[in-house]
Amino acid sequence: MNPPNMFKLMILFGILLCSACTGISPWVKPYERQNLADPIMSFDRDAIASRYMNHVYEAREAARGAEGSVGGGCGCN
Amino acid sequence: MQKAVWEAVVAATKLIRALLLSMIVGSTPLIAAVLPADRADILYHSFDGGGAEVTGPSVLVRKEVADTVSIYGNYYVDMVSSASIDVQATASPYSEERTETSVGIDYLNDKSVFSLSYTNSSEDDYEAQTVSFGISQDFFGDLSTIGLGFSQGNDLVGNNTDDSFSQDTEHRRYNVSLTQILTKNLIASAVFESVIDQGYLNNPYRSVRYQDSSAGRGYSYEAELYPSTRNSDALSLRALYYLPYRAALKLEYRHFSDSWGIVADSYEARYTHPFANGWLMEFKYRAYEQSSADFYSDLFDFSEATNFRARDKELSSFGSQTVGLGISYEFKPGFIPQVDKSTLNLYWDHIQFNYDDFRDVTSDQLAGEEPLYSFDANVIRLYLSVWY
Amino acid sequence: MRTSQSLLAILCATAAFFCQAEPLSGAAHDFTLKTNQGNNLRLAEQRGNVVLLNFWASWCGPCRQEMPKLDELYQRYQSAGFIVLGVNVETDSAAADKLLKKIPVSFPILYDSDSRVSQHYKIDAMPTSVLIDRSGQMRYLHRGYIPGYEELYRQQIKELIKE
Repeated sequence: MNPPNMFKLMILFGILLCSACTGISPWVKPYERQNLADPIMSFDRDAIASRYMNHVYEAREAARGAEGSVGGGCGCN
Repeated sequence: MQKAVWEAVVAATKLIRALLLSMIVGSTPLIAAVLPADRADILYHSFDGGGAEVTGPSVLVRKEVADTVSIYGNYYVDMVSSASIDVQATASPYSEERTETSVGIDYLNDKSVFSLSYTNSSEDDYEAQTVSFGISQDFFGDLSTIGLGFSQGNDLVGNNTDDSFSQDTEHRRYNVSLTQILTKNLIASAVFESVIDQGYLNNPYRSVRYQDSSAGRGYSYEAELYPSTRNSDALSLRALYYLPYRAALKLEYRHFSDSWGIVADSYEARYTHPFANGWLMEFKYRAYEQSSADFYSDLFDFSEATNFRARDKELSSFGSQTVGLGISYEFKPGFIPQVDKSTLNLYWDHIQFNYDDFRDVTSDQLAGEEPLYSFDANVIRLYLSVWY
Repeated sequence: MRTSQSLLAILCATAAFFCQAEPLSGAAHDFTLKTNQGNNLRLAEQRGNVVLLNFWASWCGPCRQEMPKLDELYQRYQSAGFIVLGVNVETDSAAADKLLKKIPVSFPILYDSDSRVSQHYKIDAMPTSVLIDRSGQMRYLHRGYIPGYEELYRQQIKELIKE
């Protein structure tokens, strides 16, 4: 991996993990996630279709990687 | 002092690498704290452009077992008919069918999801196996999700014209992602992925051309030769915004660079709009551009002019634009028995490729003066999804 | 599935802290909300009954899973002085009503459309269940729902009913 990029990322994660220390509390409550839980608010609603489209691009372009995302949704449990 | 800090960072990076090796991920996006819903999808896919037609089915089935475990399987086939410009120009043999099967398992424990998957891709002259691991963790009141992933791929490259030909290739991917809920209506995500390829990285059938006054058409062919390693980094940023009248807008940017000198940027905007009762439409625009590899040339000056040589249009300097349209309908509950929800979806994407330094050798011009190549492609995705 | 659920229940019973159940103390904050029957319901009027206050939303998968289980518990222990109050936290109750047609329940549903009650109870997970004893004191808190939790609810309800 490219060292400078990893270093920057680790600092970013460090800051985020320290969120407890800074006293900031979650600003979107679990009961306010109605819109975020809507199926249209997914980065990829249908995995089968996105996988295929990513494959179409990856097979014809030199670029690859960083196509998917995790997280979001209803935040239940 | 600086050196000590740097060494600490390298040590931490190694620790993360070791941690990654013991973690699990799937290639499909994970939703932490709740497992993905049980569903089955059946897709018909079709790519038609540049003289090539590739179609086939894809079937995906996912089921939750034991409350904290979700397993899935995917069966995918590419069937190739007709011939692309590479085949037309050099009449090389072309494999006709590729089958890919994957299985994966996701395990949920409180706010963490661990995943593991295995994929096998097989055609008569190429065999690839990939294992992926990953972990996704929700924190900060479920507003943030961190994902870490690692995958290892081992390929066996063959040659239909030469039974004794057999080469190995290894691929490793490391990815880190952070998804952050910014407001009640806005979610953003950053993904960083490094790919390391080693081994036989070129195509045994493909050639480069060089100026050759002794040849009738002014050029001759020789085998391409690539470096045996390729390291690449990609960083993508995306944001998804909920519009008050119930619609969603996604913006995405990805920057890519690799050790072969290729730099690429892609931009995408996607608008999702539900309407009437159960209908949904989607519009997409994507722009992509890349610079060529250091050892790429459409026409080399003479035979073996450089240490490495490539004439693969995938490594050339080019741009592409995609316009996509999708329509989806959700059936009333009870349309299919035993099933909670079902949708029928049709997506059409039109892609235009314009090459800046790859020429169309099928035209009757002087070597090096042929028109630059470009082509359009239509991509169709027609699929039925059921949730049970 | 039955054996794995029983096993999970046993595990929960012996190690409640793994299952995100916490003992609570303090008086349950009083409130009055409109119900799906059209009338208003006040929490303080429920003194004398054991109350399970369940915060849920139609868009929350685990909440939908939990509702039939809560209905079962309500129907079983209602005569012994137990009531479930389903507090819906959505700003627009249309989606909640639509879900209730699909998953009907017999316990009262209250609409907390301005999220005031959710704020008072400092809700930080969906779903959340708060068990309140006969004298209006908060006793147990459950964050989230995983199949098997209803066994733990049952034990705690029986304990509070006996008091």
